[in-house]
Amino acid sequence: MLIEVKNLSHIFSEGMAFETTALDDISFTASQGQFVALIGHTGSGKSTLVQHINGLLKPSSGCVLADGIDLSVKSKEVMAKRHKIGMVFQYPEYQLFEETVLRDVCFGPKNMGLGEEECIRRAKEALEIVGIDPAIKGEVSPFALSGGEKRRVAIAGVIAMEPEVLILDEPTAGLDPKGHNDILRMIKRIRQDKNLTIFFVSHNMGDVADLADKVIVMDSGHLVMDGSPMEVFSREAELKAMGLDLPPAMSFGKRLGLTALTMDELVERIAEKKLGAALAKEG
Amino acid sequence: MAIRDITLGQYYPRESVIHSLDARTKIIATLVYLVSLFLVKNYIGFAIGAVCLIIVVKLSKVPFKFISKGLKPVLVLIIFTMVLNAFATPGTVIWSFWKLKLTREGIERAAFMAIRLVLLIFGSSLLTLTTKPIQLTDGLEKLFTPLKLVGLPAHELAMMMTIALRFIPTLLEETDKIMKAQTARGADFESGNIKERAKGLVPLLVPLFVSAFRIAGDLAMAMEARCYSGGAGRTRMNEAKLEGRDALAFILMAVYLGIIIYSRSLVWLI
Repeated sequence: MLIEVKNLSHIFSEGMAFETTALDDISFTASQGQFVALIGHTGSGKSTLVQHINGLLKPSSGCVLADGIDLSVKSKEVMAKRHKIGMVFQYPEYQLFEETVLRDVCFGPKNMGLGEEECIRRAKEALEIVGIDPAIKGEVSPFALSGGEKRRVAIAGVIAMEPEVLILDEPTAGLDPKGHNDILRMIKRIRQDKNLTIFFVSHNMGDVADLADKVIVMDSGHLVMDGSPMEVFSREAELKAMGLDLPPAMSFGKRLGLTALTMDELVERIAEKKLGAALAKEG
Repeated sequence: MAIRDITLGQYYPRESVIHSLDARTKIIATLVYLVSLFLVKNYIGFAIGAVCLIIVVKLSKVPFKFISKGLKPVLVLIIFTMVLNAFATPGTVIWSFWKLKLTREGIERAAFMAIRLVLLIFGSSLLTLTTKPIQLTDGLEKLFTPLKLVGLPAHELAMMMTIALRFIPTLLEETDKIMKAQTARGADFESGNIKERAKGLVPLLVPLFVSAFRIAGDLAMAMEARCYSGGAGRTRMNEAKLEGRDALAFILMAVYLGIIIYSRSLVWLI
């Protein structure tokens, strides 16, 4: 699905004493299958922006188009489109409510008006994608799971709706390293299997460099950068001024005089350099 | 989202005479004001009450618009009361439709009720708008202290009230968040008949209760970690003291109450 954001602005409590401009004239596009990472300081407007992409918030001015359809209009067609845009909130495990894991994952598909069997088929598939065995954990209460498992079940609840666009708002916040890696592996898998357009809000620059095709940098409601990870992360001074860091591989590489975005690239560069040095020694 | 517009129990930070009054003075003043509204028998009394309220609002420097925002959630209640009163009071019939009879007395009574409710809400919201929750609780605790003799747990009650006030915004935020998350999963909180809507609330209420218990557990742990063990032997960093302006406030209150009681004896002018 093609997502176009055009001159989007959002003002909270307009006309009141607490009026704040959360988003100011944001424009960008995300093409089908693209992995878009949104980075920015806390309170820069990332979460507000992604809530517009799913039509949960209505813009004060401007619009969000999904395949050319304006999401702020209320109609059957728009509702159907919105169901195709899955949104995973921060700490999604707090939305779990059903008696069993399987039934909770079925909630989304059921709301789409699908039949019982189709719901269960989708729920089982979604649980497998997030790495939870429906045969073992399907009939367990979601409240009996560990933190990382709860989060994956919550994400499965969105995946079961078989979205074409997936919005992930800080999906790894507050997880231990294992939980973090599980989620990342899961994201990579969804991306490969389903070719979704993904929006990924994160504070972890390493993950962003690893995954993103395109990086959008937000600062106090403004879109300040929009480009490939390499383009964005080469503007180090500007990022630092906004309180953002470089990916660890990049800052480490810099100290060695190498340019690399991800750990894998860095390893390659170092190996090349070592090889070059060895060759030079031999003359 | 409308949920964020609820101003109940909110504090509006400003430097003003009203803000600097002792919490006890303000609590008593609010009680006096509420009682006075029920003593009022005619429009003169309401006019006096309204003028006094406007003066206090001006003194408090809280924008009028902000206080009136607190009216929005109760508007339905006010309208309901008005309609019920207008049609249910027996008297001279002005207009009738089927079994409903609109009476002159009914309209008068509806107007009376509406004014009273609006003033009640304004008056009581002014207390929390100008008093920090901590001051409010300290004030309540001190006011309740004499009742300790008859076994009233003053400190515990006051602490419970502070915690309740403190967590209203937190729970509202939580509700907003869960509502959005379930809407994103296709839940519908806005359409359908009463039965469907009540059923639709389950995905909202279950996570909300879970969150509330989690927050309560965390809070209890944090309080215990800082050695909280109830009211006995607890001291304060800022001991509240009644000052000259509080005395003045009490005098003004007495004068106001006197005028209101006097206004009862006046005849209808309008």
